[in-house]
Amino acid sequence: MMDSYALLIAATLNAGTVLAIASLGLLINEKAGIVNLGAEGMMLCAAIAGFAAVVHTGSDTMGFLAGIAAGAFMAAIFGGLVIWLNTNQYATGLALTLFGSGFSAFAGIAYVQAQIPERPNFALPYLSDIPLVGPALFRQHPLVYLTVAFALVLIWFLYRTRSGLILRSVGESPESAHALGYAVRWIRMGAVVMGGALCGLAGAYLSIIYTPLWVEGMVAGKGWIALALTTFATWRPARVLLGAYLFGGVTMLQFHLQGVGVELPSQVLSMLPYLATIFVLALISRNPRWIRINIPAAMGKPFHPGS
Amino acid sequence: MTTPRLELKGITKAFPDVVANSDVSLTVMPGETHAVLGENGAGKSTLMKVIYGSLMPDAGQILLNGQVMRIRNPKEARANGIGMVFQHFNLFDTMTVAENVWLGLARTSLEQVTASIVAKATEYGLDIDPRRAVHTLSVGERQRVEIIRALLTRPELLILDEPTSVLTPQAVEKLFLVLRKLASEGCSILYISHKLHEIRELCTACTVLRAGKVTGVCNPKEESNASLSRMMIGAEPPLLEHHECQAGSTTMVVRNLSLERDDQFGVDLQEINLSVCAGEIVGIAGVSGNGQKELLYALSGEDTRSPHGSIRIGEVDVSALDPGERRRMGLHFVPEERLGRGAVPTLSLAQNLLLTRTESISIPRCAGGWIRVKALANHAERLIDRFHIKAGGPNSVARSLSGGNLQKYIVAREIDANPKLLIVSQPTWGVDVGAAAQIRGEILRLRDEGCAVLVVSEELDELFEVCDRMYVIARGKLSPSIPIAEATVEKIGEWMSGLWDRSVPGEARHA
Repeated sequence: MMDSYALLIAATLNAGTVLAIASLGLLINEKAGIVNLGAEGMMLCAAIAGFAAVVHTGSDTMGFLAGIAAGAFMAAIFGGLVIWLNTNQYATGLALTLFGSGFSAFAGIAYVQAQIPERPNFALPYLSDIPLVGPALFRQHPLVYLTVAFALVLIWFLYRTRSGLILRSVGESPESAHALGYAVRWIRMGAVVMGGALCGLAGAYLSIIYTPLWVEGMVAGKGWIALALTTFATWRPARVLLGAYLFGGVTMLQFHLQGVGVELPSQVLSMLPYLATIFVLALISRNPRWIRINIPAAMGKPFHPGS
Repeated sequence: MTTPRLELKGITKAFPDVVANSDVSLTVMPGETHAVLGENGAGKSTLMKVIYGSLMPDAGQILLNGQVMRIRNPKEARANGIGMVFQHFNLFDTMTVAENVWLGLARTSLEQVTASIVAKATEYGLDIDPRRAVHTLSVGERQRVEIIRALLTRPELLILDEPTSVLTPQAVEKLFLVLRKLASEGCSILYISHKLHEIRELCTACTVLRAGKVTGVCNPKEESNASLSRMMIGAEPPLLEHHECQAGSTTMVVRNLSLERDDQFGVDLQEINLSVCAGEIVGIAGVSGNGQKELLYALSGEDTRSPHGSIRIGEVDVSALDPGERRRMGLHFVPEERLGRGAVPTLSLAQNLLLTRTESISIPRCAGGWIRVKALANHAERLIDRFHIKAGGPNSVARSLSGGNLQKYIVAREIDANPKLLIVSQPTWGVDVGAAAQIRGEILRLRDEGCAVLVVSEELDELFEVCDRMYVIARGKLSPSIPIAEATVEKIGEWMSGLWDRSVPGEARHA
């Protein structure tokens, strides 16, 4: 029985990681004032790009790099459109998602039955042998730990470094940042590409590690959840992480409950992760003052320098 | 002969629909405080943006210390010793003072920046705590942050764009001390303003702009207000006709209005007592952020939490009525924020009429009515003509008007409704001399027709000019009223610190 809890925690971390990576990436570009609703599409394209790369090269690293490149490339197109050509952020993002789901399905036809090599065992020596704790925490893919480390680095970057301050200033008042002489558009572009790269990494993780196969539409709304997480987490990296694991945890818990035969319709159980995440994050973000201090004030608004 | 710190030769800058600067030349010597005087829209701000590198001139030369410069962006301007304090602050609300200053400086550490802020602040008497978040600061304190940020780049030339438009008389005095000290240390100052007395008090040279052209260069200390304004607007400012006040019956009474703040950074209103009679103009003076905003929200009906019976128009208790219902009872309101509260920036002038006026809507005049487009445009056209508003026509969007013209339009919209009671907040904030005089004239005329008027303003000059009776608001409390004949600047200044209990012990009921 205890072992199954350990496995539940392990699965939670694994599931939460996909959301956390994507959501932290989106947080970066939202902090710079750009909302990219194309997350789902970028993740899908990255998932197929990553999967295909592994099929052809047999190297996970190549797969991750392909996923990152795919996400960054799509984000760069999005960034070029919304930042330089001032198209509407929301419409452009939605278009990116529509394009991404269509294109990934098309490009993925040849890979639907494809197999990738058996995953190696990622168990950390010694630590993974600790009873309960070992199977729960120390048999994960390295990215799971790197994600937590990345969140910490991101917190330090955003709130302790000058570059982070500049990034936030661009999201709060691009006009003022421009007047102070910062290259607002390039900074936003950098943030958007970074966000796309992380969404790409998340997509690749999904198709290479999490469920090592390609199925059309396999991201299954995780891009949207990642977008929602940034808002519900009031743009704080630590809360994003918390929200991601919470969502992952409840998702796994409801599978577990379905497995043991709880007498609830499975549809209700499937709703649980969404309800629980919204409930908890709404609870911690209900302070309007806190939101006003953390929300990037210029988020979603176009910026025309020189006006 | 020393080299001028800054020399502009034949600067010309044209926008698609207007030539903002035409062949403008200007010379500033080291240590000189040089005024650039002109009405709104005369091209002062454009000229400063050209100097600061935010805009590139179409023609003309900029010489710094005798050398021809091409300043392509604000960074280059700062690197060449030009600092600027903007009228609309370039501050980031959610960040601390130190972080804001840090963003404006070349690479150092936050600790160093904090230390140098404290040092500059002490040197110039600009009291500020570097760790506070900007959104908790008053407007005057925010300006100090801007000034410190500019000073820390060690400017040889400091540009200030309308720096006093948001300051109290006392804060203006403090600012002038800082500027005089700076000038005495050899820093040249370009001081943009349309306030004549300030320029005559502070500046030693002055370039006057009108419609983008230089119309005079002079020493303001040797000029009179009249001669300066002749250069500035091409005429002397119109004098206001001030008839004796014929106060009639009481139009609005506010009794024991106490209201808790709605907003974290707001002010609690405490036992406000106030009355306005037909045919009189009542003023409320005070430093901004002392409860004016909260009081106006309660009076206009935007905040309907006022206790039962605390606000009456005539005999009717209106404390629970919304703005529309109060408007139907004859209360019209001009808020201080023109864009967003007084007018919708992206809608046309004609459409903006519909915010408070329903004449051009077919019966029924509510959500179900049709807009009679032609009548609406004609109505807007009439207002534009009658109030001499400079606008393309009824279809120009509100945002395209200059601040002064939009303010005239909003005031016109409310005055034209023949209100029983008009409440105006900051009627002439950022409005040029000619337009301000016109707005004040219209308010006076409305009073003479028997309307009750309440004016909330931070400009004492203005209140002394139009009001018949005055209150002062300080920390959410309202002073007793004082007839204008008995009020002096000193007394009102003292009351603005909340010290009226001492001067009028008999009426001290605001414990």
